[in-house]
Amino acid sequence: MAERYSSFKPGGTLWLLQRVTAAFLVIVLAFHFFLLHFVNHASEITFAGSQYRMGTLSYYSLMVTFLVTATFHGVNGVYNALVNQGLDGTQKTAVKWVLVVASALLIVQGIRTANAFAGISF
Amino acid sequence: MSQSYNRGLIEDFGRWREFTAGMWAWIFHKFTGWVLVGYLFTHIAVLSTATIGTGVYTETLQSLESLFIVRVLEVGLLSVAVFHILNGVRLLMVDLGVGLEAQDKSFYAALILTGVIAIASVPTFVEGVF
Ligand code: HEM
Ligand code: HEM
Repeated sequence: MAERYSSFKPGGTLWLLQRVTAAFLVIVLAFHFFLLHFVNHASEITFAGSQYRMGTLSYYSLMVTFLVTATFHGVNGVYNALVNQGLDGTQKTAVKWVLVVASALLIVQGIRTANAFAGISF
Repeated sequence: MSQSYNRGLIEDFGRWREFTAGMWAWIFHKFTGWVLVGYLFTHIAVLSTATIGTGVYTETLQSLESLFIVRVLEVGLLSVAVFHILNGVRLLMVDLGVGLEAQDKSFYAALILTGVIAIASVPTFVEGVF
């Protein structure tokens, strides 16, 4: 019973980073759902509440780390899945850069949003 | 431990009747992973209303939450996330060589647990929408 399916080439850097981010995400994602659905109900989310949470450095940095790791994990997952399906050559390079740019934009926008909550402005 | 198998064309979904538990696990993991990244982009877009104004953010979130369909989608999102987490933990264990004998069983356990958690969360998720 050693059959296993993976979109990744085992042992590579991207493979390893996918596992490392996964281990971190298990904890933060579960915490995120718990906090925003069960402790605070999703329907009761207000700017003031988000501002209050994001106002502490520990929560702010946890959320930014969450943003970065989740983006990396998700986009890396998509990229490896496409490579696994046979994407190569120019298409592979093009897709890679589109994904890199999309991730960068997502992270920048996520941080701008986090700053809006935390009251950080430049 | 890690052998390569000729898996044939799994991408040929027409063969689904021949799929083993391992293939289903892989397909579900892919599906849930893609839904989660899709959600992440949408999520940041919605939260970004906070950069426009404090009132805009609160109103946007509250009006979304007042829609029944959004609540249903949230239960769906929770199920998808729970499955991806549980099955992901299972994959991490497999990579570490833990529980290789129980791969099928742990996959079924992940499925059942996802179902139970999803159903148990329904009351919390629909609270106040009616
Ligand atoms: C339906 C379930 C969810 C709800 C109600 C929710 C709600 C929120 C809220 C209100 C915030 C703003 C911070 C705060 O108020 O504490 C936030 C931030 C965040 N959420 Fe979620 N979330 C959900 C699911 C998810 C999922 C599944 C992911 C991962 C794919 C995710 C990733 C993030 C990230 C990365 C941030 C930080 C954003 C930033 O830095 O600007 N959330 N979430
Ligand atoms: C919370 C804990 C999580 C764990 C334990 C986890 C675990 C994993 C693992 C081990 C893989 C590699 C599967 C393979 O070898 O093919 C993977 C793939 C993937 N994950 Fe996650 N993940 C988590 C959260 C997330 C989040 C938050 C997102 C979205 C932002 C996400 C999106 C994906 C995608 C798109 C793939 C690639 C799927 C494919 O092969 O097509 N995951 N995950």
